[in-house]
Amino acid sequence: MVDMTVHVGGLTLANPVMPASGTFAEGLAGVIDYNRLGAMVTKTITAELRSGNPVPRVAELGNGLLNSIGIPSKGIDHFLTETLPFYRQFESPLVVSISAPTVEDFAKAAARLDQPGIAAIEANISCPNIEENGRAFAMAPGSTARAVEALRSATRLPLWVKLTPNTGDVAAVALAAEAAGADALVVANTILAMSIDIETFRPRLGNIMGGMSGPAVKPIVVRMTYQCAQAVRIPVIGCGGISNADDAVEYMLAGASAVQVGTATFVRPHALTEVIDGLAAYCRRKGFDRAAALTGAISDGELRVDEMEVAP
Amino acid sequence: MFEIVSKMRQSPKLRTHAPSDVPASVRPSFDDVLADVILNDWVNAEYKRIRFAAPHPTSSAQAGQFFNIECPATGEDQPYLRRPMSTYLADPEVGELEFLYKVTGAGTRGLATLRPGMQTRLLGPLGNGFVLQPEWRNIVVLGRGVGLATLAPLAELAAARGVGVTALISARGREQVLSLDRFEAIDARTEVVLDSDGTSGVEAVEARLRGYWQEGRADAFFTCGSNRLMLVMQMLARELSIPGQVAMEQQMACGLGMCFCCVRNFSVGGETISRRVCWDGPVFDLSEAVSW
Repeated sequence: MVDMTVHVGGLTLANPVMPASGTFAEGLAGVIDYNRLGAMVTKTITAELRSGNPVPRVAELGNGLLNSIGIPSKGIDHFLTETLPFYRQFESPLVVSISAPTVEDFAKAAARLDQPGIAAIEANISCPNIEENGRAFAMAPGSTARAVEALRSATRLPLWVKLTPNTGDVAAVALAAEAAGADALVVANTILAMSIDIETFRPRLGNIMGGMSGPAVKPIVVRMTYQCAQAVRIPVIGCGGISNADDAVEYMLAGASAVQVGTATFVRPHALTEVIDGLAAYCRRKGFDRAAALTGAISDGELRVDEMEVAP
Repeated sequence: MFEIVSKMRQSPKLRTHAPSDVPASVRPSFDDVLADVILNDWVNAEYKRIRFAAPHPTSSAQAGQFFNIECPATGEDQPYLRRPMSTYLADPEVGELEFLYKVTGAGTRGLATLRPGMQTRLLGPLGNGFVLQPEWRNIVVLGRGVGLATLAPLAELAAARGVGVTALISARGREQVLSLDRFEAIDARTEVVLDSDGTSGVEAVEARLRGYWQEGRADAFFTCGSNRLMLVMQMLARELSIPGQVAMEQQMACGLGMCFCCVRNFSVGGETISRRVCWDGPVFDLSEAVSW
């Protein structure tokens, strides 16, 4: 038997596999057993009511997806009274993703979530910060630090911080989040992208630009996971284009303590449990008795990154 | 697994909009299954019909429910997402499912390459199907294009319950008239209007619908496949106080209410609200539909 448990940012998870925020809700319970998941992660909720972006909200890419859903939200009260009771029937820890337009609103939202049935908060700081001209908090170390400090002082729950890949120096942002009190980092959100229909000349998203996800982004986010894991001491959760157990292993070797499976669930509704089973099978095949031993097991000891090659 | 769904669907708090005459506790469950292709034939120059040997619980689909279907990649096309398709025929006795689809883009071109003996994945049955209230003795279905595929199982369900069916079929030309045999097989009164002979105009359709009502054959209206036809039916339903339902389409990713990409606006008590076609529909109250 492989010991699949992992310790991630204040929680012990039965296994390292969980859904990515925005790709998981009540409906999937008809297809997979939520008690098998390492954790459950909600779609991002906000204090304010939000209707979301104009359609089309998704565009298919050759090996991935472009989306600009726009965080439609019915607010925190609706979540606490209508959605939370559904998740309380499962044993897997519930991680609630939150977002807010200001540092103060982030803190207020976090303070409301210290409730039975909520195991941790995932702060989606990839959203626009209206106090800095709409630049995402996670684009810069300074705004990341201010948001995470406010969140940290507002909640006793484990605090996971989800970073954006849309930044020049993700390791610097990771360090800022760690210093401000994050218990774990989720690396990363979607990559800002755009696609145009050459027949109609129209942008393929109603919002013109959106976030790219799916298998096509995996090498980019594996790189960021590696950079962040090298930089910080807190656990890193890898998230970007994971479709199967091999992808999950790759993230863990790069330094991830756990992984999130997102877009893959849209095309393979059983993807989450298939990754769990495949990860255990991989550990058996490679002679690991603990899945946690994969974290950072990349064999790169004698290699060095050529700074000339990777300079931005 | 299915127990969890039952619990979830029993809770009225978690489902704000569940138009079904079947109690939630006995609604069929759904799953993602690998299904064998039995046939995949052209029905005219644009449409194909695909039949699967579909394991439980997929063949228990109700009229109006849909599936999210994995479409294979071909040399030319790499459809990353699945494609939602409404059930054309579901036979739980023999465990078979059929879909009618227009070969039009990357997904359906891929689906069109499947041959008998090949397999693909079907997620479903999904969504809320049509509701037949017991007091309705005669219904009218109005459809166009692939919308007729959605209405055929409803007409058959109605006929099986002894409800009279009048089917008004709209098409570009004679070649595009789909599912006529299905409506005729249940002795539905079937009328066809065509763009090619000028009989399919809005006023002509309205006149026919009004005629059905005058003859006492319109206790309820059902429509699918055309915004223009939906608006005619909606206007008349409002004027004559006829209840109605519309099955809607929208681009989807997950099919399970998770991604929020398939939203449409609805007008409820003067307020515009957004609903997910996959999870809150795809069948909606006709009176709340908004032009798309």
